[in-house]
Amino acid sequence: MMSQAVTISILMTIVGAATPLLLAALGELVAEKSGVLNLGVEGMMLIGAVTAFAVTKTTGLPLAGLVAAMAAATAASMIFGYLTLTLASNQVATGLALTIFGIGLSSMIGEGFVGVTIAPLGPVFPAALAQNPLLRLVFGHSILDYVSIAATIGVAWFLARTRAGLVLRAVGENDQSAHSIGYSVIAVRYAAVAFGGAMAGLGGAYYSMVQTPMWAEELTAGRGWIALALVVFAAWRPWRLLAGAYLFGAVMTFELQAKAAGLTAVPPEFLAALPYLATILVLALISSRRSVGAAAPACLGHPFKPTA
Amino acid sequence: MVWLAPILAVLLTMAVGAAVFSLLGYDGIEAAREIFVEPLIDVGGWQDLGVKAAPLIMIAVGLSIGFRAGVWNIGAEGQYILGGLAGTAVALATWHLSGGVWVLPAMCLAGIVGGAAWAAIPAFLKTRFNVNEILSSLMLTYVAVQLLYYLMNGPWKDPEGFNFPQTRLFNDFQMLPYFSGVGYLNVPLSFVIALGVWFVMAKTLFGYQVRVVGQAPLAARYGGFSSRRTVWLTLLAGAGLAGLAGIFEAAGPFGQMVPQFPTGYGFTAIIVAFLGRLHPLGIVLAGIILAVTYVGGESAQASLGLPASATGVFQAMMLFFLLATDILVAYRIRLGGRAGAVS
Repeated sequence: MMSQAVTISILMTIVGAATPLLLAALGELVAEKSGVLNLGVEGMMLIGAVTAFAVTKTTGLPLAGLVAAMAAATAASMIFGYLTLTLASNQVATGLALTIFGIGLSSMIGEGFVGVTIAPLGPVFPAALAQNPLLRLVFGHSILDYVSIAATIGVAWFLARTRAGLVLRAVGENDQSAHSIGYSVIAVRYAAVAFGGAMAGLGGAYYSMVQTPMWAEELTAGRGWIALALVVFAAWRPWRLLAGAYLFGAVMTFELQAKAAGLTAVPPEFLAALPYLATILVLALISSRRSVGAAAPACLGHPFKPTA
Repeated sequence: MVWLAPILAVLLTMAVGAAVFSLLGYDGIEAAREIFVEPLIDVGGWQDLGVKAAPLIMIAVGLSIGFRAGVWNIGAEGQYILGGLAGTAVALATWHLSGGVWVLPAMCLAGIVGGAAWAAIPAFLKTRFNVNEILSSLMLTYVAVQLLYYLMNGPWKDPEGFNFPQTRLFNDFQMLPYFSGVGYLNVPLSFVIALGVWFVMAKTLFGYQVRVVGQAPLAARYGGFSSRRTVWLTLLAGAGLAGLAGIFEAAGPFGQMVPQFPTGYGFTAIIVAFLGRLHPLGIVLAGIILAVTYVGGESAQASLGLPASATGVFQAMMLFFLLATDILVAYRIRLGGRAGAVS
């Protein structure tokens, strides 16, 4: 029987693993809903992570770090946007280029910051509120954890209930029709890609400011790709994305939990590979269902070239 | 025009790279010269170019087969690792033998099978469950890295290696032949393989099928070409080459298996494939160009204090510029007309 304190601390680490995935995946979900497949999530997260760290370390202002992370990752997403939207380049190839670029650029910027630490971005509520373990589960998180939940609500509301959300979905489902009734397909997609960049930047910042307040090369270790898989898993629905992020958060913390529980029979490398194996398994289970093909935005990945 | 885009991309990367690194306080022009030109002029250093270019060419040529069919295998790095591991398994199993001319070919065969087996997973998932091969092949790369670490830290650790996480050194009869002035056998072989793939893609029914499936899926289906079969064949062929490149590295420059085995060739090869226009002979040139940036990047690190990661930034920039200049191939520039008019 696990003690309550242990259970709570496990749940806390699950939140920590889930939040960055949720942030990045929400951004990608919006981009994909507009018809753009941006495989550069991993690269944008890395750029966000290193920028957040560098700016926080230099200025001493965590908030400036977060804003800078969003700005830098958005700027990176605009390179992708310019190539795929204005120049109609191949989205798969351009997204890969963005990830390769992000890996290189982030390790270049971060070179002087390896091994340096900053004060982690702590809980947003006063410690007095989180004395009791149960209350800690509610009030003991960083601002980004709450932002990720709020953003889920916001994205769900935006896509389902607002006019702009309807236009965005229309652009993703049938760009030619949206274009012919007078909506600017390209402008909508630019906005969606920028949002994706900003959210990936925040997700990356979570790793360098909250989870491990330090910088290391390729700090995000493929989490950006898991965020991409999550969007498929969620069938492009924000609420399922929330559930998926927490499910994956739980799988990712197996490694830590197994170590804490003194489980040595399983090699640590197997536990480290588990999130990736779980992603493949889940994709197999989800993708075979016919409904998934139908759930994908119809124009996903296709460059828009107006026929008229 | 088709070949203008890659040339422009390289020139633009040099120009913009020089400007950016000047702004960062380095000698930008000297950096661009050191990275892109110096390794080509320095004939004595050509052997280093071959060492880097050979794996890039082999992997990229393999990837180009799939890319042409619209099969996006981006997990070549994982297939390269598995090829290396499978070949190493044979090497370790035959380590106590006193020799045998069959050992090296067996290692190479194991490398091909290992790489292909790793790609059989995304191929199966794609054809059976409709799983996106981009995500599955990439996830498997992370799994492959962990498998490598597991083997290095446990079962395959050199018993006389002072507890370092690495295998025994391969015996001489398990190593690729080495030619002084050229490098290991994989350097000339990579050119031969590129030529072979060119022949297959340009002159055989299989190559035709792959191209039709990629360019006109509906026509391919009408013509009776199975897209399932294409997914399987292109993934296995590409991964087999990546696996072969893996064991060539292990039985060549490395001479053993180490945790530092994955060096990112599988990802850089994606750039090589595109820069070479998915054409095997173009890929040979592109592989040499990327090898130039590796070698030049290393020397610029020493002489100009450029960060090690600068090479990766230059390489990614090259792909960005290539994708941007591709528009010159697809569209015609018209002065005064409506910008971006479809030709």
